[in-house]
Amino acid sequence: MENKKLNIPVMADLHARNEKPEYLFWVGCAGAYDDRYKKVVQAFAKILSHLNISYAVLGKEESCTGDPARRAGNEMLYQMQALQNIEILGMYEIKKIITICPHCYNIFKNEYPDLGGNYEVISYVELLDNMIKAGRLKIDISKFDDVRITFHDPCYFGRANNIYEEPREILKSITSNMIEMERNRSFALCCGAGGAQMFKEAEEGDKEVFIERTEEALNTDAGIIATSCPFCMTMMTDGLKYKNKEEEIKNYDIAELIALSLGL
Amino acid sequence: MDQIIFAIALIITLAVFGFTASRYVRLFMLTKPAFPVRNIGKRINLLIKVAIAQSKMFRKPFTGILHAFVFWGFIVMLFGSIEMVIDGLIGAERSLYILGGLYDFLIGAGDLFALIITVAIIVFLSRRIFLHVKRFEGIEMKKVSHVDAKIALTIILLLMITLLGLNSSYVAYQTNIGEEIHGVYPVSMYLAGIYSNITVDTIYVHHEVHWWSHILLIFLFANILPYSKHLHVFMSVPNVFLSRLDPLGKLPNMENITREVKMMMNPDTAFADPPEEAPVERFGILDAEDVSWKNYLDSLSCTECGRCTSVCPANITGKKLSPRKIMMDLRARMKEKSKGLIKKGKDYNDDKSLIRNYISEEELWACTTCNACAQECPINIDHPKLIIDMRRYLVMEEGSAPGGIKTVFSNIENNGAPWQYSPEDRMIWSENLEIKK
Repeated sequence: MENKKLNIPVMADLHARNEKPEYLFWVGCAGAYDDRYKKVVQAFAKILSHLNISYAVLGKEESCTGDPARRAGNEMLYQMQALQNIEILGMYEIKKIITICPHCYNIFKNEYPDLGGNYEVISYVELLDNMIKAGRLKIDISKFDDVRITFHDPCYFGRANNIYEEPREILKSITSNMIEMERNRSFALCCGAGGAQMFKEAEEGDKEVFIERTEEALNTDAGIIATSCPFCMTMMTDGLKYKNKEEEIKNYDIAELIALSLGL
Repeated sequence: MDQIIFAIALIITLAVFGFTASRYVRLFMLTKPAFPVRNIGKRINLLIKVAIAQSKMFRKPFTGILHAFVFWGFIVMLFGSIEMVIDGLIGAERSLYILGGLYDFLIGAGDLFALIITVAIIVFLSRRIFLHVKRFEGIEMKKVSHVDAKIALTIILLLMITLLGLNSSYVAYQTNIGEEIHGVYPVSMYLAGIYSNITVDTIYVHHEVHWWSHILLIFLFANILPYSKHLHVFMSVPNVFLSRLDPLGKLPNMENITREVKMMMNPDTAFADPPEEAPVERFGILDAEDVSWKNYLDSLSCTECGRCTSVCPANITGKKLSPRKIMMDLRARMKEKSKGLIKKGKDYNDDKSLIRNYISEEELWACTTCNACAQECPINIDHPKLIIDMRRYLVMEEGSAPGGIKTVFSNIENNGAPWQYSPEDRMIWSENLEIKK
C-alpha cells in the first residue's frame, strides 16, 4: 500500500474542460467548515474515489441550502438561498445529488422541488448500503468486529424521510456487535440540534437534550457511538466530553467507520 | 305517546347538534387554505391503516389495544343505535332483524364489545384516579381537562351498562313470554339469568328503563362531545383522512414569499413598485384567523392524550414547550375569539393573540423540529408545522428571534453559511488529501 494524492474534482473545472460528472457531491457547510466534520467529508470522498464514482463538488460555488434559516422561520432568506442554488445547479445541468448531511438531503429531496429544483437525491447512507450489497466495498470485518457499536438516528434521515435500516445494515457489515439504544428508529430521541437549535442557547430547563441522549447511548456500553449527521456528531461528541468519556468512547460517522474498515 | 316523546327528543338532539356544527363550519370558513385534498386512494389506505386498524395506537401496546377495542366497539354499536332510532320512531322493536345473519353478527359483536369496553373503561378510569400517569400531567393539564376526561369515560361506562342491561332484559323478557329472540347475545344470554326470579312485568319495566336511558345518554353524549376534548370522537377519523401526505420532513412552501423573492431576483422587477392590487398578507401565524383549516382540525381532533409531549425532547428535558399545549392553546384561542370572528369576520380584534397571550416565544424557540410529536400522534396531528408558522410570523413580521439565530441569518446572507467563514475557504478540507492504494 502506498499513499496517493487525492484530488477532489470541482464542477467549474470539469465544466471548463467540457466534462460532466454523473453526481454532484454536496459537501454542506459543516463539511466545509467544521473541523471535526471535515474528517468525515474526507473519509467519504476517499470512499467515492475508491469506488471510482464519477462526481464533483461545487467548492466555492456551494452555498447554504437555507435549512437553518427556514426552520427558524426565515422563509425569505431560505428561498433566496434555494433559488440561487437552483440556478447554479441548473447551470451545470445537475441531475443527481449525493448528500452527506440529512438536513441537506431533506431540503433537496422534499423542499427544492416546490421551487422548481428537481433532482435525484441520494443520501450517503443509501449509497454506501447499496455499494456494500453490490459487493463493491470489501469490508475488513476484523477491524471493528469485537467493538460494540450503537447508532444514533438523525431525525432528518429517520422520522423525516423513513431512512432507518440502511445505516443499520452498514453497521452490521462492519461489526457483529451492533447494539440499539432504548429509543431507536422512529422512537429515537433528537440530539437537540435540529431546527436551528445548533446555533442558539437552549431554553431554560432541567437538562440539555444532548446530555439526555448521550446518557442513553452510554447505557448501551458501546465503545463507539455511530452518527450520520454533522449536528448529531457535534452534540454526541460534546455529550461524551461533558460526561468525561471521550477517552474511552468514540463518536464516529458511518462514513469514517467504512473508510477505516476499508483501510483507506 | 312513546313515539312522540322519542321524536321530540331526537329533534332537540339534532337541532342542538346542528347549531353547534354550524358554528364550527363558520369558523372553518374563516381559516386559510392548507393543501388541495388529492390522492383519494392513498388517503383511503391511510384511513384503513391509521384510523380503522389503529396502527399508531399500538406504539403503546397496552393502552393501544384497549383503545382499539373501544373504537371498534363503537363502530359496531353504531348499527344498534341506528336501529334504536328507527324502533323509537316507528314504535317497533328490533326492527332490523330482517337483515338475518348480518343482524346476528352485528348485534352479537356489539353485545360482546359492550363487555370488553366496560373492562377497558374501568382500566382507563382507574389509571386516571389511582395511578400517577406522567403523560396526563403538565402545565396545560388544568383541572377542567381531568374532569372532562372522567365525565366522558363515565358516560361511556353508563352507555355500556345500559346496553348490557337492555340486551339481557330483552333476552329474559322474550324467554319468559315464549317469543323468538332476535339477534345473538353472547354476553347478555348469561346476564339474563339475573332476571330469573323476577316477574315478567318487572322485567318489562327494566327493559324500558335501560332502553330509554341508553338512547337518551347517546343523545346527551353527542351534544356534550362538541364542547369537550372528546370532539375527538367525531374529528379524528376525518383528521386522519385529511392528513398531509408529504414526508414529515417537508415544510410547505410559502407562495407569497416565492413571488416576492422572484421579483427581487429579477433585475427588471427588482426596483419596480409592488403591484397595487396585491392584498397585504400577514406572513406566518400570529392568531386564530391566520391558521389553516388543517391546523384548526388538528386542534379539534386532539384528545389531550399527551403522547406527543411525552416524546418531545424539549419537554423531556424540562423546557416549557409541550406540543399538546400548542394544540390545546389553538383550540382555546379559537373558542375565545369565535363569537367575534363569526360576527365581525377576520378583522375582529380583541387585543389578544395566540402568540404571547397563549403561546410564549420561549416555547416556540425550544422546538428542534425533530417531528417526534407528529410521528407519535395516533391521529396524525402535525404540531411542528404550526410551530414553524408561528416562528415565521415572529421572524418575518417582527424581526424577532434569539440572538444566535439572528447571527445565523446574517451569516447566511453575507457569506452563504451559518458560520462566519468565507466561501473562499470551502475547499480547505480537500487540500493535501491522500488515499492508500
